[in-house]
Amino acid sequence: MDKEEYLKLVKKNNKEKNIIKNALISFLVGGFLGSIFHILTSLIISYCSVSKEFACGISLFIFILVAVVLTGIGVFDKLVSKYKFGLIIPITGFAHSIASSLLEYKKDGLITGLGANMFKLAGAVILYGSVAGVIFALLKVIIYG
Amino acid sequence: MKIFSSFILVGLICFIASIIYDTTKWTSGHITSLFVVVGAFLGFIGIYDYLIEKCGYGLSLPITSFGNQLYKSALNGIHSNGFFGAFKDLYVTTSLGISSAIILSFLMSLVCKPKD
Repeated sequence: MDKEEYLKLVKKNNKEKNIIKNALISFLVGGFLGSIFHILTSLIISYCSVSKEFACGISLFIFILVAVVLTGIGVFDKLVSKYKFGLIIPITGFAHSIASSLLEYKKDGLITGLGANMFKLAGAVILYGSVAGVIFALLKVIIYG
Repeated sequence: MKIFSSFILVGLICFIASIIYDTTKWTSGHITSLFVVVGAFLGFIGIYDYLIEKCGYGLSLPITSFGNQLYKSALNGIHSNGFFGAFKDLYVTTSLGISSAIILSFLMSLVCKPKD
């Protein structure tokens, strides 16, 4: 175990003290991204005259692009360890999970590496989102007609 | 003003996630999955779209929005095509996010090398 790993372990054990600090950092970073997203979407709506949903989609695309590029050049991992859930809960975390598993398994080849491991982390989100979405939609129709 | 309410709401979601992460043994995968289901539930009780309308587009950014969109497109599918419509239209609105994440990541992984 080298020094860096040891420091990481120590940090992990001390994390109880940092609950509030971590939460506040996440609050500020997540909130900042949220307001940027709002400004970006408003700009797209006013300049491109597209529907609200599509404008949100374009903004999401831009956020995903930035997250993927930052992951590619190795910056995003450092940002995540610094700002934690401020970056994981927004869509950037979803893009980062796909991009980082692709990078990690690149050495195993195109099919058994990239193809098989792409959704290692993001798969849970898609799986439970789909199941919950369909079940709640069916419930809504059954209950309210 | 909506910029400010976007800030508060998105920040609050990240705040809750961070508290859950630090006080339980869950990984970030557990938390994002939970939040997707919570988003679908908020859509189910009709709060999520109301919040986006009142508090700005910022709420389309967190992963909870993903659940809400999946729920909404499944519901629209049921209304237009019956039971099988839910399966036909499930990914209609989230398609942009999923496919751009997949394709951009793939292109990136061809160009970049993993850092250790």
